[in-house]
Amino acid sequence: MRAGDWLVLLLSAALVGALFWMTLHQDSAARVRVFQDGKLLGEYDLGVPRRIEAHGPLGVTLVEIEGGRVRIARDPSPRQYCVKAGWLDAAGQVAICLPNRTSIELVSREKRPYDSIAY
Amino acid sequence: MTASPTEITVVASSEDVRIARLAALAIVVAVAEAGIPSPIPGIKPGLANIVTLIALERLGWRAAVWVSLLRVAGAGLALGGFFSPAFAMSVTGALVSLLVLGLAHRLPRRWFGPVTLSILAAFAHIGGQVALARVWLIPHGGIVYLLPLFGTAALVFGLANGLIAARLLAEPEGRFEIEKTD
Repeated sequence: MRAGDWLVLLLSAALVGALFWMTLHQDSAARVRVFQDGKLLGEYDLGVPRRIEAHGPLGVTLVEIEGGRVRIARDPSPRQYCVKAGWLDAAGQVAICLPNRTSIELVSREKRPYDSIAY
Repeated sequence: MTASPTEITVVASSEDVRIARLAALAIVVAVAEAGIPSPIPGIKPGLANIVTLIALERLGWRAAVWVSLLRVAGAGLALGGFFSPAFAMSVTGALVSLLVLGLAHRLPRRWFGPVTLSILAAFAHIGGQVALARVWLIPHGGIVYLLPLFGTAALVFGLANGLIAARLLAEPEGRFEIEKTD
C-alpha cells in the first residue's frame, strides 16, 4: 500500500458511505395523497402545513399536515386505527380509516412512472 | 507443391504468447470462481481481474485489454451464456474498467500502486454495469437502492484483488505464470 492507495481507499469508502446515506434519506416522503371512497381527494405537499377535511359516511376525517409529516388528527371510526398510526413521514406509508372510507398514502419526491390509474 | 496465395502464416510473437498465457490463466480463474456460491446474485469477487492487473503492470495497457476481453469471451464460452444479457454485462464492465485503467495507469507510480488501480477498476466495472442495467434491463429508478451494496462490494473486492495483485507483482516475473513450454 502506497500513500496514494490509502487516499483512493479513503475516498472510495467515503463514496460508499455517501451512497448509503443517500439511499437511506431518499425514502422520506414529499407529498401525501388523500383518498375518499376510493377516489383521490387531492395530493398535498408535506412542506405546507394545512388541514384537510374528508367527508365520509360516518362523518368528517381530519388530515393534518405539519413539519413534513402527516397524520389523521380526528376520525369517527370506532376503533381509531388510523388515528393511532400517528405521524407518518416515509414514502409508502399509509393510514386507512376503513369505516369512514378514508385513507392517506405518502409518496416520494420521485416522479411516478404513470399519470393515472383507471379501473 | 507451391503454397496457395491465400495461405496466411501467423507467427506468434513472444508478447502474443504471454498474453495468451495470462488470458488462459484468467479464464481458469473466472470459471473456478463461478463455482463459488454467492449470497447475492451478480456480486462476485472478480478474481480474474488480478490477472488483468498483472498484465497491465507487466505488459502494458494494450496487453491488459487483450487479456481482459479474451477472458470475458473465453469464460462466456466455457460457462455458457455467450451473447446473453449477463455476457453483455461482463463486456460492459470489462470495457469501462479498462478505460479507467488506461487513465489510472498514468498516475505517478511512486504513490499509486496496484491497489489504486484495482479499486478504481472495481468501481468503474460496477458503475458501467449499473448504468447499462438502468438503461437497458431495468428502466426503473429502483436500482439506486442496490448502489450501497454494489459500492461496498467494489470497495472490498477491489481492495482484496489489489492487495493480491501487489503481492504477486512483488515476486520475480514468471513465478506465478504458467511455466514456459516453448
